[in-house]
Amino acid sequence: MNSVQRSYFDHNATTPLAPEVLETMVSCLGQVYGNASSIHYFGQAAKQRLEQARRELAQLIHANPTEMVFTGGGTEADNLAVLGAVRASAQADRHAITTAIEHPAVMAACAQLEREGVAVTRLAVGSSGVVDPDDVRRALRPDTVLISVMHANNELGTIQPIAEISRIAREAGVPLHADGVQALGKIRVDVNELGVDLYSLSAHKIYGPKGVGALYVRKGTRLAPVTFGGHHERDRRPGTENVPAIAAFGAAAVLAGQRLDADAEHLAALRDRLECAVLERIHSAGVNGSRWKRTPNTANLYFDGVDGEAMVIALDLRGFAVSTGAACSSGAITPSHVLTAIGLGSERARASLRFSLGRSNTAAQVDALVDALELSVAHLRRISVHA
Amino acid sequence: MPEAPIAVAMSGGVDSSTVAALLARQGHAIVGMTMQLWNQRRLPELAAEGGGAGRCCSLDDVYDARRVAGQIGVPYYVVNFERQFEEQVVKPFVADYLAGRTPIPCTLCNNYIKFDRFLEMADAVGARMMATGHYARVRYDAASGRYQLLRAVDSSKDQTYFLFGLTQQQLARTLFPLGELTKTEVRELAQSMGLAVAAKGDSQEICFVPNGDYAAFLSAYLKESGMEAGATRGPIVSTGGQRLGEHAGVHHFTVGQRRGLGVATGEPLYVISTDPRTQSVVVGRKEELLRGDLQAREVNWISIAGLTEPIRAEVKIRNKHAAAPATLGPTGDPKRVRAIFDDPQRAVTPGQGAVFYSGELVLGGGWIE
Repeated sequence: MNSVQRSYFDHNATTPLAPEVLETMVSCLGQVYGNASSIHYFGQAAKQRLEQARRELAQLIHANPTEMVFTGGGTEADNLAVLGAVRASAQADRHAITTAIEHPAVMAACAQLEREGVAVTRLAVGSSGVVDPDDVRRALRPDTVLISVMHANNELGTIQPIAEISRIAREAGVPLHADGVQALGKIRVDVNELGVDLYSLSAHKIYGPKGVGALYVRKGTRLAPVTFGGHHERDRRPGTENVPAIAAFGAAAVLAGQRLDADAEHLAALRDRLECAVLERIHSAGVNGSRWKRTPNTANLYFDGVDGEAMVIALDLRGFAVSTGAACSSGAITPSHVLTAIGLGSERARASLRFSLGRSNTAAQVDALVDALELSVAHLRRISVHA
Repeated sequence: MPEAPIAVAMSGGVDSSTVAALLARQGHAIVGMTMQLWNQRRLPELAAEGGGAGRCCSLDDVYDARRVAGQIGVPYYVVNFERQFEEQVVKPFVADYLAGRTPIPCTLCNNYIKFDRFLEMADAVGARMMATGHYARVRYDAASGRYQLLRAVDSSKDQTYFLFGLTQQQLARTLFPLGELTKTEVRELAQSMGLAVAAKGDSQEICFVPNGDYAAFLSAYLKESGMEAGATRGPIVSTGGQRLGEHAGVHHFTVGQRRGLGVATGEPLYVISTDPRTQSVVVGRKEELLRGDLQAREVNWISIAGLTEPIRAEVKIRNKHAAAPATLGPTGDPKRVRAIFDDPQRAVTPGQGAVFYSGELVLGGGWIE
C-alpha cells in the first residue's frame, strides 16, 4: 500500500504547507512566544510579527491592515461575518440574502439566524453554477440587513459576480459579505474592486497552516462580536493571537501574491489537460457547471453509471487523492447540495468527482491520473456498481 | 497491481477487528471498510436514553475501526449505505411489524447490504474476496460442486441462522476466519495482537434499535414518516373470540409474548397470533402456542441444490431456538417448503427465519409464513 506513488488532487480541501511558510512558522513557534498584548519586550516582538502578517495579508487583497481581523479559520470568519453583521442590526424585522451553493459555514450560520427569527432567502443558481445579480436585486426587501454570496465555489470553482452584486448592495445600503476562502490565491482579489464589506479568508487553502483565517471588515461596517473576552483584534475576535500561525498566513499571502499569475497559468493548463483527456477518452463523462468564470485549478466531472464513493476509494488505492461531489463522510447520505442546486439528478451527482489541482502537480501526474480514471471507470461500469 | 486485496467489513467490534488483524498478519493485502448504515442522530427522541454507546454506526464505532486499521497499517474507508439500508432493511422491518410479523433485519442486512452492496464495493475497489467477523464456516464440496455453509465451532456464537439467504456466488467470495475459533480464543487473539478493542463488549442484536426497544423505534419512525402509530390500535381477543381489552398497536406484540398484555385473567396468557387485517391481538394459553408444522417461503438452498423428496433435518425457528427434528417436504412451489416437526414447537412466529440443518451443515432456509 505504501509503495504506490502518490499524487494529490484535492487542493480545495487543503494544501500542503509551502516550504517558506513552514520555515516562518517553525522559527516563530520556537522564538516568538510572547503574548502580543503584553507590554514587555517579548510581547512587543510578538506584536511586531502579528502586525507584519496583517500588512502582508491586507496587501494581497488590497485592504487596509486595520480592516483585517484574524480568526481561528475560514469557518469562524464566515460565522463572524454572517452572525455579526445581522446581529449588529437593531431592526425588529431582519432579512438576509444568500445562495443555495454556499459553504456549510455560511449555510449553517444562516440556519442559526433563522432560528433566531431572521428571514433568509436562498437564491437558486442555474446549471452554470453562477448567481444572477438580478436575482439579488429582486430578493431585496426593506428589512434586508445582509447579502452573503461566496466568491468562488469550493466544488465547482465557479466565480460569482461579486462586483455587480456589490453595486446592487451599495445602492440598497445593505452590507455585502463574500466567502473568499476558495478564491484567495487562485484569482486576483481586490476588496475595493469587488466592493465587499466583509470578506472571509483561510490560510490552509493558500499553502498556509490550518486553524487560522481572517475576516476583512471594511471600515465603518457594523459587526457584533460572536465570542467574548479580551480586547484583541479591535474587540472583534477576543483571545490571545496565534502568532506563529498568523505569521505563517502572512508568509503564505506574500507567496500567493508573487505566484498568482504563474500558478494560475500552470494550473489552468493542467486542468484543461485533464478535462480534455477525460472528455476524449471516457464516454458519458462531462464537466459540471460553467467551464468559464471559474477558478483555474478546479474540475468537477461526472462519469455516468459510476459510484463516486467507490471511485474515490479505487483511485486512492492506486495512489490518487480526489474527492466526491457527494458528501459521503460518516453521517451524510444526501448528494452534494451544490450539484443538486445546479440541477444534477441524484444519480449524476453521486457519479461526480472533484479534482482540485495545486502547485506541486505536474503534467505527468495528470496523465497518470487520466490513465487510472479510464481504468477505474471502465472497471466500475463493467461490474455495474450503480451510483 | 499486486495481489488483489481482501475487503474486510470492519464494524469497530472485537470480531471484525480480529479478522482484519489476522488476515493482515497472514500477509494478505487488506482494505478495511466500515459500512455507515444508519444515522444515529435521526429519531432524537430515542437517543436520550441510550446515549449511542455500543450501537451500530455510532461515531465511536467508526473511531474504533479506524484505530484498529491504523494499528495494523491497512487502508481504511467509511462507505455510506444508509440509503440502501433504509430501503432494504428498515422499511421492510417496519412493514413486517405493521403486518403482524416479527422480522429479522439482520438477515435482510446480510442478504442485501453486507453480502451484496458491500461485495459490490469490494469489487469496485479491486478486491476479489470479502471477509467478515461472522461466526460461521464456508467449505467447498467438490462432490456436489457447491459451497457449503457450516455452523461455527463455537456453538454459543454460531450466526448461521442469520446467513441462510447467502447465494453460491456470495459464499464463493466470502471468508469467515472466525468460524473455527471460540469467542474466548478471539478475545485472546485480539489481546495478543494488542488490538485496542480487545475488551470491547458485544453488540446488540438489532443494531439500529436502541436498547432493543423496537416498539419505541417503530413509534418514532412512524411519527417521522408522518404516520400515526396509534392507527394500528385494536382489540385483544381470546382464541375463543372473546374480547378481553384494547391494545395500543399490533407492533407492540410478538408471538409468544407474555408480558405487557394489560389484561388479567386467571391463568397466564400469551400472544398466539396477531391479525393485521382486524388489528387484533389473539391471546391464549401456553399450550395453544404449540404448532406441529410450518411453511417457509422464499427458500434459499445452500449446501444442497433443492428438495426432490422429503428429507430429515433439524429446523431452527428463531436465533435462540435449539433446532428441532423435522421432516422437510417439497410443495408444488420450489421456493416453498413444508416442515413437519417430530414434536410440536412453541411460538412458530411469522416473519422469522426457518433454517434447515443437517448436523453442522446448513441446508438452506426461508421465511416463516
